[in-house]
Amino acid sequence: MGCFFFGRVSPEIATTNQNNAFAPAPVATRRTQRQRFERANQRSAAWDLNRMASSARNSNFAERRGKASHSFKRGVHVFTRRRSWFVNKMAQFGFENDIHSILKLDMPITNAPMARWQRKASSSSTSAGLSGLSPGNSTNVSLSSSKTPTRTPGKGKKTPSKMGGDRFIPIRNNKQMDVANFLLTKENEPVDATNTVSAESQKVWSVTLNGYNIEDAKILHLGGKPLNAPEGYQNNLKVLYSQVTTPASLKKTRYISPTPERILDAPDLRNDFYLNLLDWSSQNVLAVALHNSVYLWNATQGDILLLMKLENEEDYICSLSWTKEGSYLAVGTSDCKVQLWDVENQKRLRSMASHTARVGSLSWNDHILSSGSRSGHIHHHDVRVANHHIATLAGHSQEVCGLRWSPDGRYLASGGNDNLVCLWPRVQEGSSGGRFGRLIRSWSEHQGAVKALAWCPWQTNILASGGGTSDRHIRIWNVNTGSCISSLDTQSQISSLVFAPNYNELVSAHGYAHNNVVIWKYPSLTKVAELNGHESRVLNLILSPDNSTVATVAGDETIRLWKSFEMDPAKKKAKERVVQSAGGVIRNSIR
Amino acid sequence: MTSTLKGVTLKGSAELVADFFSFGINSILYQRGIYPPETFTKASHYDMSLHITTDAKLKNYLTNVVSQLKEWLFECTVQKLVLVITCLETNEVLERWQFDIECDKSAKESSAPREKSLKTIQDEIRSVIRQITATVTFLPLLETPCAFDLLVYTDKDLVVPEKWEESGPQIIDQSEEVRLRSFTTSIHKVDSMVAYKRTNSV
Repeated sequence: MGCFFFGRVSPEIATTNQNNAFAPAPVATRRTQRQRFERANQRSAAWDLNRMASSARNSNFAERRGKASHSFKRGVHVFTRRRSWFVNKMAQFGFENDIHSILKLDMPITNAPMARWQRKASSSSTSAGLSGLSPGNSTNVSLSSSKTPTRTPGKGKKTPSKMGGDRFIPIRNNKQMDVANFLLTKENEPVDATNTVSAESQKVWSVTLNGYNIEDAKILHLGGKPLNAPEGYQNNLKVLYSQVTTPASLKKTRYISPTPERILDAPDLRNDFYLNLLDWSSQNVLAVALHNSVYLWNATQGDILLLMKLENEEDYICSLSWTKEGSYLAVGTSDCKVQLWDVENQKRLRSMASHTARVGSLSWNDHILSSGSRSGHIHHHDVRVANHHIATLAGHSQEVCGLRWSPDGRYLASGGNDNLVCLWPRVQEGSSGGRFGRLIRSWSEHQGAVKALAWCPWQTNILASGGGTSDRHIRIWNVNTGSCISSLDTQSQISSLVFAPNYNELVSAHGYAHNNVVIWKYPSLTKVAELNGHESRVLNLILSPDNSTVATVAGDETIRLWKSFEMDPAKKKAKERVVQSAGGVIRNSIR
Repeated sequence: MTSTLKGVTLKGSAELVADFFSFGINSILYQRGIYPPETFTKASHYDMSLHITTDAKLKNYLTNVVSQLKEWLFECTVQKLVLVITCLETNEVLERWQFDIECDKSAKESSAPREKSLKTIQDEIRSVIRQITATVTFLPLLETPCAFDLLVYTDKDLVVPEKWEESGPQIIDQSEEVRLRSFTTSIHKVDSMVAYKRTNSV
């Protein structure tokens, strides 16, 4: 067994070790040093030949055993035992011959007189004799032996703790001896056997590997790329089958102040249900239209700015909408125009005429501005190009008063005085033919004008709509299936709906009869709080960019700010990290 | 209907099996959310409500494949139909629906119809499709946008028709397999199986 070191370790050690093997134990200290050295070598040397590994483990094992906890004297004793065992064993093996054959293993094949497998085959009788003599009986060695001798010698050693105190009884794993012996003697023999693998087994392999036999089948598929769903589609099963943990602690209701945090005066506000006169930008600027002028109230600094005033005293402003970045404001007017304003420079960029009646609703989707008019038509304007009017959506027969793009920009929801809620697809880029957009679906369940529309920010396929005085229902829709998930009678005209993501709530603004604001838990639609104070019908409701406050504008010519959704500072921090920065995509593209 | 109760001819069998594939593939695409659910309509077939795609491109593709498949079924030269679902980004095979088809090659067009009623066959088909629907409960969620492809294993000597190409088997690396029910028209026997990528539970 020591011979393995000869091949691997430096020749100097090899010789001394050989000497020791035949004349054991001269000086104990020298030996331990050497052993240490041997071990170090074992660890660092790359043991590329597996067959060596297993047998070396035994010797290594013994060394460690000797070194571990025994006294010096005992150590000597152990090693003498081990060596004498070696001697016996090696004598049986025909030590010299073995060394020779193993040394030859490492030589290049070209120099060898005969190929190893040939030599092995010719000396098979010797190896048979050898195996018969080996301590672990190798006659029953088989390839199927589950233990593979691939572990590195440095690892997996363990001092057997249940050994007797004074004697070392080597535990030789029979299997490993068998495998080592097998690998030594028979390893190279089956090489030629593989050549004779029958066609039958080849077939079996083919079937197991490929699932079919190459010989008698071929796989065809219709040319071209594999099919896939249209771009932008997300697997909605995720909503169904991935659970979002809603901690029960959320039930613990927060304090919601019953009074508004701030009241702003809004003189000359048009008390018209069908108009959308309030919007809050992502830059924290609240825009409100008071008759024929637009005022901006900077919620951070508190200063007020008159942005614009229509020249004609009879005209009035019907709708306002900020771009996502909050740098441009779209203004719909009663003279059928849509104006674009650069707020920073207080400059009008465009005035787009295409409608035939007043423009009461506006909604942005990147560079597409959609506007709904009293005529019942919705127009898409591409604000980047001179020929801005790119599509007309004709689905409503009466004034369009609610218009909302979904947060992912896939759908446009519109509500009209004809009690319909319509769902429209994204504007097809570059499709010249489709000047008239197709309707995805329309719902006719509402019994009153639909002005209140809100998309759920955390569930992209959920749309909430609210009906007018004769309807008073909030309805929640799944836009993918077209089904009404839930509906609730609020007993009051609904003028505006907004999802408040901080506490997963839905906020509704009401006109006749209650003239208040109600916070509902979503999706259960249980009432969380009522915000009373407005003396006339609430016309619009808008959420602040930080989601903490809602602003309401009412017929009593006041704007009230309700700070009802403030987050815990710790929770807020976590949420802020998620907030994505709004890109300035269209900043340079408005003409 | 009454006339079909007598039994199944080769031609009828090919049609039945092709129909099954058409509905089965539609069901899989719907159930696994490969295509948006809003692009499907409900249709009643096999006495059950099935989802059929309305996507023109997909419809066209499926009719092409299924009509070709019907021909091969009639000739008894098809061995397997495999629906492969791959991740659109990485092209990794995530799911593999395999339908092994055993054809009774002794059946000829002229030979007498087999004694198996349409009703029994449809019952069997129904249970296979029900099982396809039920697989949603154990198959891992397809989180990424996916594409699908249909592979048809045919006899080696078959002349490859125009537009068709040879393909690899698209085996899933480290897969779990679940056998589903099988059905037979007594001329064609269809075994169903779904293999899916083992989720790293380690």
